[in-house]
Amino acid sequence: MIWNKEYETMPVGERKKLQFERLKYVLNNSYEKVPYYRKSFDKAGIKPSDFKKLSDLSKFPAVTKIDLRDNYPFGLFALPLSKVQRLHASSGTTGKPIVAGYTRNDLEVWSEVMARTLSCGMCTSEDVVQNAYGYGLFTGGLGVHYGAEKVGATIIPISGGNTKRQVMIMQDFGTTILTCTPSYALNIAEFGESMGVDMTKLKLKSGLFGAEPWTNEMRQNIERRLGVTAVDIYGLTEVIGPGVSSECQEKNGLHVFDDHFYPEIIDPVTLEPLPEGEKGELVFTSLTKEAFPVIRYRTRDITRLFGDSCPCGRTHILMERVSGRTDDMLIIRGVNVFPTQIESVLLALEETEPHYHIHVYREGNLDNLEVWVELSERYFSDEIKQLESLNKKIAHEIQSLIGIACRIKLVEPKTIERSEGKAKRVTDHRNL
Amino acid sequence: MRVKQISVFIENRSGRLREVAEILGKSKINIRALSLADTSDYGILRLIVDKPHEALTVLKKANFTLSETDVIAVEVSDKPGGLADVLNVLGNSGINVEYMYAFVEKSSENAVMIFRIDDIDKAVKALKAGNVTILDHGRITSI
Repeated sequence: MIWNKEYETMPVGERKKLQFERLKYVLNNSYEKVPYYRKSFDKAGIKPSDFKKLSDLSKFPAVTKIDLRDNYPFGLFALPLSKVQRLHASSGTTGKPIVAGYTRNDLEVWSEVMARTLSCGMCTSEDVVQNAYGYGLFTGGLGVHYGAEKVGATIIPISGGNTKRQVMIMQDFGTTILTCTPSYALNIAEFGESMGVDMTKLKLKSGLFGAEPWTNEMRQNIERRLGVTAVDIYGLTEVIGPGVSSECQEKNGLHVFDDHFYPEIIDPVTLEPLPEGEKGELVFTSLTKEAFPVIRYRTRDITRLFGDSCPCGRTHILMERVSGRTDDMLIIRGVNVFPTQIESVLLALEETEPHYHIHVYREGNLDNLEVWVELSERYFSDEIKQLESLNKKIAHEIQSLIGIACRIKLVEPKTIERSEGKAKRVTDHRNL
Repeated sequence: MRVKQISVFIENRSGRLREVAEILGKSKINIRALSLADTSDYGILRLIVDKPHEALTVLKKANFTLSETDVIAVEVSDKPGGLADVLNVLGNSGINVEYMYAFVEKSSENAVMIFRIDDIDKAVKALKAGNVTILDHGRITSI
């Protein structure tokens, strides 16, 4: 199911022309209307007129989360607030949030890319969408909401939380599509099972999960327990919210809606652009946003771009699912560790539940990694040696993947905090 | 000849063990024997109770992680060398004891030991041949 055949299956050459025209406008417009961009272009000694071909974009300065925060709340808007119809904000766990403004047309574009996303997840006007992303300043809830409305589906704006009611509504309203974070999907599955509901027998057919990094192993677990096919959707407040890219039913990379968001991959250290296929930091330039254009926004997400052909027919460039956000990256004894690496090991095991929490300590001058994981009742044995050998096995598998030793602590089922939105996977006890 | 043992996974958190004892107490389930094996992070509490089925149900309801294992209860004469005699019988038949623990009370003049053994049938045969008395669940709960 392709929502907008004209744009989603557009010949690549034609799209490149479109991107070029749109970029030219965005660079000019932002230079004129946003003092920050004028200053930063001037400082870098570059003018919008220097943009003569697509690859020239990499000559323009990149903008970071810190730059956005320094201009809190509306400093990077290209239009006065009177032209802005809605405001959203990122969670702002570390200081002030990032504020995004949308004009009527921006909201239209957002609904359009979310309609494409939902169609990637097999949503049609016949479907009943249970939207368990949080409603509010967070872009997840309303982003999915207006996309589903555009598709013409029946939408249940249940928001996150109250898991018991989620299961009841799912049964009673005949929900066919679930949208939420993957960790919350897992929580719903577990809760339903504990209520004695056979979750695989419900009408659910598909799930669109995003807003946090997750692994293929987690996908398989959710798919099996909810009886759905699960796709990964990607987005961020700074760029628009959800709807930046989405997996289709091939589940082989996410289609970047690159007629609206232009992606690049750069080396996060040298800031040099990297060729297609190489892994690096993902950078976005908005091509159509009016209120809050971003030019070369550094997402801190590590991924690669690869190819533009997919059996589904879409010609958008594909990005690999984000294996780690640099924000989530832990540096332990000098080694970069992503929580998703540990997740991939734990979820491939049968002996443990798919719930874990990572603790990092500093003892003396040494960093210590401790992984708490819930023991699955089926594998609980009366013999210490069995549990000890499970312990060793997990530690060994994690060590062989990430290269550093860790301590495993088996804990009782249902004792690790369940997520109702973005899961908190790590507690860093070091005072760095 | 087999006795049901219930094992409970207990994280080293304060009050966890007490919770088990309280739940069993409230449900009028009597603990006949127990052993606690522990590591720095968790312990395994092994219990012999008078009503194993009820115990499983109430502990399950309280979200404990449980497993059920068959063990054997054996009379050991309460004199020096008594335990060695029984272990000799098992050892001579090539039977390995995973772990064992004692009953507080005696069965007539004998001590009672719980043995966790992989091949119970083989052990029962060997013990019988060695004239060792094995107690069933009824005998255990009536001690």
